[in-house]
Amino acid sequence: MLEDKDRIFTNIYGRFDQSLAGAMSRGAWDGTAGIIEKGREWIINEMKASGLRGRGGAGFPTGLKWSFMPKSNPDGRPSYLVVNADESEPGTCKDRDILRHDPHTLVEGCLLAGFAMGAVAAYIYVRGEFIREREALQRAIDEAYDAKLIGKNNKNGYDFEIYVHHGAGAYICGEETALLESLEGKKGQPRLKPPFPANVGLYGCPTTVNNVESIAVAPTILRRGAAWFSGIGRPNNVGTKLFMLVGHVNTPCTVEEAMGITFRELVEKHGGGIRGGWDNLLAVIPGGASCPVVKAEDIIDCPMDFDGLRERKSSFGTAAVIVMDKSTDIVKAIARLSYFFKHESCGQCTPCREGTGWMWRVMERLVRGEAHKREIDMLLDVTKQVEGHTICALGDAAAWPIQGLIRNFRPEIERRIDEFSRNSHRAEPVLVAAE
Amino acid sequence: MSVRRLAEASVQPASFAFNKAMTAQAKTWIKKYPKGREQSAVIPLLMLAQEQDGWVTKAAIEHVADMLDMPYIRALEVATFYTQFQLKPVGTRAHVQVCGTTPCMLRGSEELMDVCRSKIHHDQFHTNEAGTLSWEEVECLGACVNAPMVMIFKDTYEDLTPERLAEIIDQFDAGKGDKVKTGPQTGRVFAAPLTGFTSLKEEKGVLKTTRDKEAKAASKAAKAAVVEAVVPPSNAAKPKTDAIETSPAVNTPSKVKAAPAAEKAASVAAPKAAAVAKPSLEDKNRPAGIAKPAAVDDLKLISGVGPKIEGTLHELGIFTFGQVASWKKAEREWVDGYLNFKGRIERDDWVKQAKALAKGGVAEYIRVFGKKPV
Repeated sequence: MLEDKDRIFTNIYGRFDQSLAGAMSRGAWDGTAGIIEKGREWIINEMKASGLRGRGGAGFPTGLKWSFMPKSNPDGRPSYLVVNADESEPGTCKDRDILRHDPHTLVEGCLLAGFAMGAVAAYIYVRGEFIREREALQRAIDEAYDAKLIGKNNKNGYDFEIYVHHGAGAYICGEETALLESLEGKKGQPRLKPPFPANVGLYGCPTTVNNVESIAVAPTILRRGAAWFSGIGRPNNVGTKLFMLVGHVNTPCTVEEAMGITFRELVEKHGGGIRGGWDNLLAVIPGGASCPVVKAEDIIDCPMDFDGLRERKSSFGTAAVIVMDKSTDIVKAIARLSYFFKHESCGQCTPCREGTGWMWRVMERLVRGEAHKREIDMLLDVTKQVEGHTICALGDAAAWPIQGLIRNFRPEIERRIDEFSRNSHRAEPVLVAAE
Repeated sequence: MSVRRLAEASVQPASFAFNKAMTAQAKTWIKKYPKGREQSAVIPLLMLAQEQDGWVTKAAIEHVADMLDMPYIRALEVATFYTQFQLKPVGTRAHVQVCGTTPCMLRGSEELMDVCRSKIHHDQFHTNEAGTLSWEEVECLGACVNAPMVMIFKDTYEDLTPERLAEIIDQFDAGKGDKVKTGPQTGRVFAAPLTGFTSLKEEKGVLKTTRDKEAKAASKAAKAAVVEAVVPPSNAAKPKTDAIETSPAVNTPSKVKAAPAAEKAASVAAPKAAAVAKPSLEDKNRPAGIAKPAAVDDLKLISGVGPKIEGTLHELGIFTFGQVASWKKAEREWVDGYLNFKGRIERDDWVKQAKALAKGGVAEYIRVFGKKPV
């Protein structure tokens, strides 16, 4: 189990002093100027060596992403760092606690990441609903400006501006190019790639978009060394990670743990066990809404990291572990996710705009069992047609939960259909009792 | 996608203007973006307008578009795309946004919506009779470990029960919304487990001073370990010699002094590095050399040949790619040994390289190897 001294987020519960002085007493902004003195190459190599994989869900190596930025700007275009704090994946609420309780990790990370990629400024795109979180972050940035840690002629020797921007409730803006569109004051509809943001991003300039957690862990990695970070966890899945235990555990919580901790240990140590005991566990969505559901027996001793969950045909996503016990109506739970994706489709690509609504309507009928069994295969077929045929990954994200459901719980869907058709002669409009 | 339209003309006010405080805020927003990119501020400005009026009116959208010098349609697109903008009037004292997505649904958000239906209005986006309250079901608000939860204006109310939500709604309806405790309603600390901390129990463990102290102690211990390793216990790592002193059978060193010659004979000499004999120049496997021709090939193009090796090859009478390409296996081994190259000629495949270079120079090399010769 991870010890407190190896935790990167030292104030995730907001119990200790959140001011700059408090953050510094816990090690923030310690020797930042010294790290910058070592140069861009050193920082990027150290990040590569640390094996940090992006914490936004896709798991792309962060150091490699930074190295894609142009080394010089002969055409005069400035480079930007954009931090994706549009945390909207259902189940995920880690960035919220970083923003409101440990914002200095992010502010310092912005400076170091911005220096490593030669950016002139960072825009932090906070989701619209995080109003208090945005205020806390702005306070931290103001403190850093006042202490001359960022801004022009600062103590760290690299001129850098940090601005906070916010959205207004669109899940799709968590997709990096949709986020850039939104940041430019447009509808959040994803752009076709290529060109990739590292060449043509915000305002047509080279841009890197990183998740809050990826940026916020960078200063500690650079201070303590790549070897320390890569020594935690399993090869290719290293470091610490904020896990969220959501749903039917006794004590839901957010906690920083080592990657590769087993599901059982995670729930026992921090979640207080499954509601109603381990025998009552039905299924788990291991990484936020877009990850396929995994059955209880498959997940219990699964190491919680990228490779461990890929072996279970699911994905690690943002480490938002949605636990469902046997009281759950699993078909309804997934149908609700289908509604979510239908609601959040931006409407740009036809397979997603029409497909998400279609899939949701079929799912609603499957909840009641009001369908033919062949429609299960038809639904599966449609998910395959949506998947991979859209500009961004929202189409995939809408398809995967349904595929996971059909893969793991087909007998349950068929049972409902049988039950419904058995009683179909009695099917009448149900009267809802008045209060 | 969700279809969102502006409110009917009958409820739209004729004009809109930011008040003084909001104007100042709007200016700070616009200043954040580069010159000519003021359009970026459209979402923050519309949000300020919503904060001021409670909802986003058509007049406000047009006013914001004028401020940012953008076409009305672009501002209308933004206002109708983003679901956080209320396009119709909402409750003046509270607009309850209930998160209904799966993580909250698993913990009972449907009961919360039943409370809203009975206390406010059967349908969402409708105000109650007094016009003070309204509610809506929203998608994930990002407080999933504190599910179920609602958001009222700027604050969240988490870990709710239907009873507690009913109390909160009553307090807002009575105009005492600012008195309600925000955040978790069960007494837990934000996102920490309800029953007590499983990590970060005390600040001392994460303070920089503590960490520094531990790091110092660790490095001291590491240093001490190194010092100890220099003076090993007398029995550890005992060298294997035949000297009488090291025999476990004798307790004390022998009184008889051994003759130096005898001692030398008894100890085991370290194996000497076997001197590698340089192949003789007279060996039959030496490739045949030629006199320096008029046109000497640039042997440095072969990967593994630098100026020094090239000089050596010239001394051996090797001047052209054709010569290298014709080397037999025994000849290659001889050259390898002569250059003390440890098999590099085979590894780098000089023959194939030389063949390509002899056939068509650099162009042929690129065609065969897919890269320029170095």
